[in-house]
Amino acid sequence: MEGIAARALAHLKDVIGLENPEILSVGAEAVLIKGIYAGETVVAKFRVPKNYRHKELDRYLRESRTVLETRVLSKSYLIGVSVPQVVFVAVEDGLILVEYVRGEKLKKTIENNDHYVKEYFLELGKNVGLLHSHGIIHGDLTTSNVIIREETKEPVLIDFGLSFFSTKNEDRGVDLHLFLRALESTHPNRSSEFFTEFLEGYKSVRGRQETEKVLEKVKDIRSRGRYVKERRKTYWKM
Amino acid sequence: MVVVLGIESTAHTFGVGIATDKGDILANVNDTYVPVGGGIKPTEAAEHHSKVAVDILKRALKEAGIGFDRIDGVAVALGPGMGPCLRVGATLARYLSLRYRKPLVPVNHAVAHVEISRLTTGFHDPIIVYVAGGNTMIVTLVEGRYRVFGETLDMPLGNCLDTFAREVGLSHPGVPKVEELALKGKRYIRMPYIVKGQDLSYSGLLTYALRVYKEKKYSLEDICLSLVENAYSMLVEVAERAVAHIGKNELTLTGGVARSKILNKKLQIMAQDRGIKYKPVSPEYAGDNGAMIAYTGALAFAKNIVIDVEESSIRPMWRIDEVDILWRE
Repeated sequence: MEGIAARALAHLKDVIGLENPEILSVGAEAVLIKGIYAGETVVAKFRVPKNYRHKELDRYLRESRTVLETRVLSKSYLIGVSVPQVVFVAVEDGLILVEYVRGEKLKKTIENNDHYVKEYFLELGKNVGLLHSHGIIHGDLTTSNVIIREETKEPVLIDFGLSFFSTKNEDRGVDLHLFLRALESTHPNRSSEFFTEFLEGYKSVRGRQETEKVLEKVKDIRSRGRYVKERRKTYWKM
Repeated sequence: MVVVLGIESTAHTFGVGIATDKGDILANVNDTYVPVGGGIKPTEAAEHHSKVAVDILKRALKEAGIGFDRIDGVAVALGPGMGPCLRVGATLARYLSLRYRKPLVPVNHAVAHVEISRLTTGFHDPIIVYVAGGNTMIVTLVEGRYRVFGETLDMPLGNCLDTFAREVGLSHPGVPKVEELALKGKRYIRMPYIVKGQDLSYSGLLTYALRVYKEKKYSLEDICLSLVENAYSMLVEVAERAVAHIGKNELTLTGGVARSKILNKKLQIMAQDRGIKYKPVSPEYAGDNGAMIAYTGALAFAKNIVIDVEESSIRPMWRIDEVDILWRE
């Protein structure tokens, strides 16, 4: 663990001269480092080379994911989704620098019984609806990947590491399915309530008809072979 | 201490094991059905099971050197698995339960793979990668159940490699043969690499690999190298995500594919980079076997998990996360 982080720190100092580096997290795919770049507080996402993968596959995955994530982030920002702004990119290094968003993770605010939790889910639903309307799939929607911005209290979507462009309802369905599953495992007692609120926001952007099409897919995905009977019943109200 | 006899018949293997809840394996006798051509046909596998069942049972009792008087309960894997195969094991278990007046213990096959892995690795609370011909999932104990942190959305990893092997004319089981060729491969060909959140998808990779094979542009060795590289790296990536997310410091690999040298090496490297311990299940208990059902049955029986014969219908779709793990506090 320390090995990965140390490698990342040394690399960042050499490559871009990040000042006051501070490790935020050592994730599965990347190391997140907070620091100062050109006078601005940023978060550097560094995709660490994986020793277990074939070199060619590893380089391809790191570069293509860095490019894709940058494109998705920039487009999301342009269409008005609440995401961190991109500051700097170095594709061959697997490096992206984005604006540092001050605030708590949605997961934390739920655990703290924040009074406005339901509003956050409503807003989040609108943001994800906007993404889906513009052919963007987040790919890793969880309550850990949403920060409630301290100054404005708006939910900011982060970690577009598994995002991609698609206008297929199947992909939108998988996006919502994974989000619902994350809610079920992380907040089992309130998952239905949160998801219903989220859908309210989603529907307000995408319209009832489009939303129902995606939800049909979610039902479909949940009823495929490997999911229990219990999951075949409807978990949301519309 | 309790002694339990366990019966396995979920897929291609029929096995009988005898074990105690302390982890002594007194017997482990198995016979695996090998299809003549093509994949496993459930009815043919079931036919095989009914033919060998009595002999396997006798051999297991002989191996343990005990009679039914010393056995406290009869455990059976009621699922998940193929209906016709499951029925053979369930029928034998019901008969033995009634004939010898022994309580019947229901065992989930996937849970058994996990427990035998914990037993043979000595790990207490590991993250478990369970990969076989019929299953691909990453689980760990959270609040009394083995929760699924990632799994295949379509076909299992073992099935993907087996099917590829079969289609290109390698015999069953295909995984070792595909790996052997992969080690001789020189060139990496880019293939689909599909990770969706914590989940995996293998069907597109299989289709692509077969298409490349039919085009005859690359050697079979190179195709095997690339197929195996992608299939395993996808799994290790998802396992790494689980490790980072859950924060436990032991990792194990169980199921038939646990014998894979290449997959073991990749998981070993990942674990080392993340500073956690890694150990796979003992090779003799990697594939389906009766001992793991007996041992898990013994753990369950010690916690009074028994059912009446009337409730003992097979459960082909029984998920691992539906089982309360009462023996782990």
